Amino acid sequence: MIPELGHFALVLALLLALAQSIFSLAGAMRSHPAWMAAGRSAVVGQFVFVALAFGALTTSFVQYDFSVEYVASHSNSQLPLLFRVAAVWGAHEGSLLLWALILGGWTLAVTALSGGLDAPFRSRVIGILGLISIGFLLFMLLTSNPFNRLVPAPADGLDLNPVLQDFALAVHPPILYCGYVGFAVAFAFACATLLEGRLDAAWARWTRPWTLAAWLCLTVGIALGSWWAYYELGWGGWWFWDPVENASFMPWLAGTALIHSLAVTEKRGLFKSWTLLLAVTAFSLSLLGTFLVRSGVLISVHAFASDPARGVFILAFLIAVIGGALGLYAWRAPRLKSTAGFEWTARESFLLFNNVFVVAALGLILLGTLYPLFIQALELPPVSVGPPYFDLVFLVPMLPLLTLLGVGMHAAWKRGLLQSWRRRLTGVAVIAVVGAVVAGLAVYGDLRPMTTIGFALAIWVMGSSLLIPISRLRARQALPAAVLGMVIAHFGFGLATLGITGVTSFKVEENISLAVGEAATIAGHDFRLTELKRVDGPNFIGVEATLVVSRDGEAVTTLRPQKRLYNSGGNPMSEVDIDVGAARDLFAALGDDLGQGRWSLRLQYKPLVRYIWLGALLIALGGGIAAFDRRYRRKEVAQDAPAALATSASR
Amino acid sequence: MRRLALLAALWLAAGPAHAIDSGPAFADPAQQERYEVLIQELRCLVCQNQSIADSNATLASDLRREVRELMEAGRTDAEIRSYMTDRYGDFVLYRPPFSARTWLLWAAPGLLLIGGLAAAIVVVLRRARVARNNPASLDEDADPS
Amino acid sequence: MKGALRFLLPAAAFLVLAVFLYIGLFQDPGRIESPLIGKAAPAFSLESLGDPAWKVGSDDFAGKPWLLNVWATWCAGCRDEHDALLAIARENRLPMMGLNSWDDRALALQWLTELGNPYVSVAFDPEGRTAIDWGVYGAPETFLIGADGRVLHKLIGPMTPEIWQRDFLPLLAAGSGP
Repeated sequence: MIPELGHFALVLALLLALAQSIFSLAGAMRSHPAWMAAGRSAVVGQFVFVALAFGALTTSFVQYDFSVEYVASHSNSQLPLLFRVAAVWGAHEGSLLLWALILGGWTLAVTALSGGLDAPFRSRVIGILGLISIGFLLFMLLTSNPFNRLVPAPADGLDLNPVLQDFALAVHPPILYCGYVGFAVAFAFACATLLEGRLDAAWARWTRPWTLAAWLCLTVGIALGSWWAYYELGWGGWWFWDPVENASFMPWLAGTALIHSLAVTEKRGLFKSWTLLLAVTAFSLSLLGTFLVRSGVLISVHAFASDPARGVFILAFLIAVIGGALGLYAWRAPRLKSTAGFEWTARESFLLFNNVFVVAALGLILLGTLYPLFIQALELPPVSVGPPYFDLVFLVPMLPLLTLLGVGMHAAWKRGLLQSWRRRLTGVAVIAVVGAVVAGLAVYGDLRPMTTIGFALAIWVMGSSLLIPISRLRARQALPAAVLGMVIAHFGFGLATLGITGVTSFKVEENISLAVGEAATIAGHDFRLTELKRVDGPNFIGVEATLVVSRDGEAVTTLRPQKRLYNSGGNPMSEVDIDVGAARDLFAALGDDLGQGRWSLRLQYKPLVRYIWLGALLIALGGGIAAFDRRYRRKEVAQDAPAALATSASR
Repeated sequence: MRRLALLAALWLAAGPAHAIDSGPAFADPAQQERYEVLIQELRCLVCQNQSIADSNATLASDLRREVRELMEAGRTDAEIRSYMTDRYGDFVLYRPPFSARTWLLWAAPGLLLIGGLAAAIVVVLRRARVARNNPASLDEDADPS
Repeated sequence: MKGALRFLLPAAAFLVLAVFLYIGLFQDPGRIESPLIGKAAPAFSLESLGDPAWKVGSDDFAGKPWLLNVWATWCAGCRDEHDALLAIARENRLPMMGLNSWDDRALALQWLTELGNPYVSVAFDPEGRTAIDWGVYGAPETFLIGADGRVLHKLIGPMTPEIWQRDFLPLLAAGSGP
């Protein structure tokens, strides 16, 4: 009964999404307050019914209802509660339901917090979000219903893929989807603006905190996924340029460009059409990512089981949403003009160059990801575009970006006024170069050019970021949240650069075979295999190795990697063990039984790898702090609203 | 299947396959490094998106063996790559070779950067001219409020 | 509205992308065309599966078209195509050689005893070296080699009567003509 109720709730949610769009858009067109109010009520209803559907599916998982096909395929009676709940979004159908739920949640939040907006504008935003909901709910109901029954019901389910039975991965999709779906808000704001054909500063001020919130979710989601790949998959790699990773990275880059461009539009009213285009692009890339992952057009290890019917539906939806928005853009954007000027050293210039580099990086990843598809569509012999390509070309825009970033964040609006910073920045630059050389030579005994450049740029960006709070505090000036957020995020970017440079340049990875009592030396650390024993869990059997690690005779740590065979079948899984440190990680994965008591092991020394994720978290934290700047708080904006209304009335 | 990374809800046919290359390392560390770079850049054909270094498919381990033997026979990297492409085509190379099919891919970093910078410089110069001709435009803020 | 055209660029670029995505939906991204097509078939000389003293080689059928079918007992697709192979063998149109790769001799012989033997001869390639020379990446694969010793066609995946009729026979007819 519960699955049927869930299905019914989805149908009702679809009808309410229709009502939300029609009443909101028509109400805005005719300035009909009652219709607009009806549209807003439909938002609440839609959210409630999607939440009920989500609750129904969760209940089916929690209660082991294997008569539901989706539950039977993705859980079994031995699966712990946490993973039964996480299994709701563990595959295609349920993850779509999560999408719809999160979209409903964002829509509800926008509706609740946008009371200060001009009423027709607000209704247009709500109506456009409703159109997106319609697409997703239809997609689910027509091609991917999670509530389909199995007759007869199996006695037990299959299992959730063992690699997905992990805490970080259980929380990873909701956070990531919050990011993807969150860009729908900026998208809806942009489309509503284009519909009205005018753009004032209130628009940028309204869009920015929503964009920051979505962007910070995406940042955390990507970082969690990278961290999970690092420890769960037994490889010690943290980024693989797989199409699915790229699918999440591209909207992130578009979002990054957007928040920088929004800053200019908010402050100076410049780059209006460009900012709108980025807002449309960020969400379009989220949708494109969904298409790439779920349609099977690209080879990826992550791909969902593909089905051409789903592919055709999503593509039609993409064309309607993205094509519609870009068509609207082509029609309305030429009207947006601005008359403000700035000197070439002003912050506006630097933010524009930031956009050039970030969008170039985005373009390269998009091209590299889709290139095999283009080649194949043209019926040419296939090519592969992999990490060696992306690693190389990604540096092309990133090196100048990091270089300019250190200067750009000190430039004042309008006039630049960088003279006062010259001495301090020269100091930081000297420290960066000397620091990079010293770190390379003294710590790692190596001075490769790319390593030195990487370290120098990392120190340059971090040092330059720190100059801001230091000089502000010295001069007893205030440090507004927006500035503090920027400083933290840029410092985090520098820190991540440091980690990436360190681990890429100086990692040591070795595959060795050991018997109990033997030892191997990796990067000065002796790993001695002291024990191999059987370990069994609730739904697996396994073997655990004990490795005592010492350095110069002093004990460092003990690592206990495992190899598990899950009852549900499939290949054996490696559970790695990692000794986490500020300077390095020591990483051990257990391989295969080579016979005669010997096992293969993969041992790794990963210098500075932690700073990649720490940097990413700082980037997200900076975004979060900036989103709470005083000028975005509701009361202030509400005060501005009459002024915005007055401007629009005067046109 | 280490690359089973980001988007979580990913569903796969097979569980993660963990390749630990248990063959002996080359005595010369430079040769070992060359070997590792080579096998990282060769794509495993049966295991979707993995290099032959990462996959534990039979074909991947056989191709690792071929690489090892070709290196021991004194072949150059280019010869080893063409050995692979003669059999499997350019698909096997993760670093696509420059050709009529891939020139756009390799020209893209330059084209995008030059195009982007040119456009940005035009905008900056135009705005700077606005500022010079009309100093009041410098103090225009976005919002009258 | 001069200059307004550039605002159409994003929409135009997206439309081009959409066309490619649409084409992509109906293609298999895992399909890898063999670079061997039109080139001389790689030479080999291997032990016969049934008799290690006997050599089976790529020039056994020199001068006439022949088939090379790569199979193994662990391969489910090979079991699926076996009846189709037996039917082709019964047609007696051209000789078919088996290449038993990455396999165990005893298991492979048992398979042929149980399911029937469509092959004129079977080369035994336990380490898959010959299969790699032929660019094989998954069994089953079937190659058609012309009378001039060039590879005419390669099928990846199980043979069916329909595929045989559609993809192989026309090539054979063209190859054996004047």
